Amino acid sequence: MGEQKGLTIQGNMATALGAKLSRPDVIPAYPITPSTLFPEKISEYIADGELDASMIRVESEHSAMSACIGASAVGARTCTASASQGIALMHEMLFIAAGMRLPIVMAVGNRAMSAPINIWADHQDTMASRDSGWMQFYAEKNQEGLDLMILAFRIAEDERVLLPAMVGIDGFVLTHTVEGVQAPAQEDVDEFLPPYDPPHGKLDPEEPMTFGSLGTPEYYQELKYDQTKAMDNTPEIIDEIFDEFEEKFGRNYNRITPYRCEDADIILLTMGSMTGTARAAVDEMREEGEKVGLAKLTVFRPFPSDLLKEIAGDVHGLAVVDRNISPGFGGAVFAECAGAFINEKKSPLMKNFIVGLGGREIFKKNFREMYEKTKKAVETGKVEKPVEWINMDEDVMR
Amino acid sequence: MYEVRFHGRGGQGAVTAAHTLSEAAFREDKDVQSFPMFGVERRGAPVAAFARIDEKEIDIKTQIYEPDIVIVLDMSLIDVVDVTDGLKEGGKIILNTAKDPSEFDFGDATVYTVNATKIAVDNGLGTETNPIVNTAVLGAYSRVAGNVKIENIKKAIENNVPVKHEENKKAAEQAYENVIGV
Repeated sequence: MGEQKGLTIQGNMATALGAKLSRPDVIPAYPITPSTLFPEKISEYIADGELDASMIRVESEHSAMSACIGASAVGARTCTASASQGIALMHEMLFIAAGMRLPIVMAVGNRAMSAPINIWADHQDTMASRDSGWMQFYAEKNQEGLDLMILAFRIAEDERVLLPAMVGIDGFVLTHTVEGVQAPAQEDVDEFLPPYDPPHGKLDPEEPMTFGSLGTPEYYQELKYDQTKAMDNTPEIIDEIFDEFEEKFGRNYNRITPYRCEDADIILLTMGSMTGTARAAVDEMREEGEKVGLAKLTVFRPFPSDLLKEIAGDVHGLAVVDRNISPGFGGAVFAECAGAFINEKKSPLMKNFIVGLGGREIFKKNFREMYEKTKKAVETGKVEKPVEWINMDEDVMR
Repeated sequence: MYEVRFHGRGGQGAVTAAHTLSEAAFREDKDVQSFPMFGVERRGAPVAAFARIDEKEIDIKTQIYEPDIVIVLDMSLIDVVDVTDGLKEGGKIILNTAKDPSEFDFGDATVYTVNATKIAVDNGLGTETNPIVNTAVLGAYSRVAGNVKIENIKKAIENNVPVKHEENKKAAEQAYENVIGV
């Protein structure tokens, strides 16, 4: 077991380092704020001889993902990075990557969608690709961004999975923020993540094979069923690989991580970097005697309904905090949480809070407000407004 | 938790200073964060950069609004930017100037001065009109804040500053020795 190395690096450097330690073969990428530093760092690694890989400079994100699909289909370990409009431009190819069961890993600098144009933190970009068939992981801090890249390759390439995965780190709040991280030793990552060897064939001129052919009505539904079943099977495999990672590297990951939830009446459910601030708010409120807990969602797809019910099944109120909005409904995470409790005899009362869009700050006091609003709903037994927007500027609204 | 804000102009190295400081503190087993103003930066325009240092793990993910200390790399900013905005009561401010702290009044903030421009130029870091003072002010920070050792600032300079390591380390050391007000 090699020694881990302490470093202070920005989030993009953390995901790039996680990628480098995973020894990718091909990295097609088209730079976009706030994830630009990822391809920059990867090209630096290659130029410095620290990474033996091909970087393909493409003319658009659509081409980036197309090149990822081709590279992965020949059996190359493949990754890329993108954000916002870039992921939107890839949209068509995301479905193809998943449908062809290619374990591509994408580092995302989560950013808002235009219009209006905005380069700051928001989960709208990856939420918009929710149904593309990719697994989705979200980091609270740079260490998680680094680790989740390695984990994403390992999970994606597992023969029982063979699905692509995104690792989201919030734009600027993580991508451009330096934090201390512990970098695993290369030999340990090599042990944890052996070279990728496609178990069911690959594109090879010596043994020609067709990928992505026509799926007529006679086959299409079964193939989609098969792909969906693979995703449905992943929770157990993710748990198993998270455990193995902890044993090897000493850091604990869960699909949902509860914090001070044991005797909680109300739980805040968060995803991404806001979790840190929420934890600080929960600590403050706990000191004041409030029975509040926090659940951090690390894996959004597959959605951990099973764990959510274990953690929040007995609480009175669940405040779901979304950094995205599906106009005409509410937050995407809220929809998942509501869905998780369907047909359950017992379910917490749920409120949805929309926060932090386009890089709007999320303060401790905002989490306190969400808690108070949820508490009031629990006390009165009535949810007057299921979806509320928090930290709005009344002057701008006028 | 100790929160730091640097004021400079785009291209002067305020962001590098913040990152260097966080590495130096990380070397002392502290938890750290450092970041630029989120968004776009233009050469010459007023910019700010931030750092957080704590003995405990840092949870908070917002930007910094109530710093414990403010460091001003370029005195021309004083008239343009409210450099003490949000500064904690009894906070500290380090100015890059040849003047004495007694010549400034920032309310209840304690003022420290260091002639970082002269130190930088003497060490061949930039020119009189465009001095690179970010490493010198870190030396002053080390002395004034007292929570990060100058040795670790110097080690962090090696990793974060691309050129002239010896000159930059010397500048930090000289600023450490010559900051006025301590």
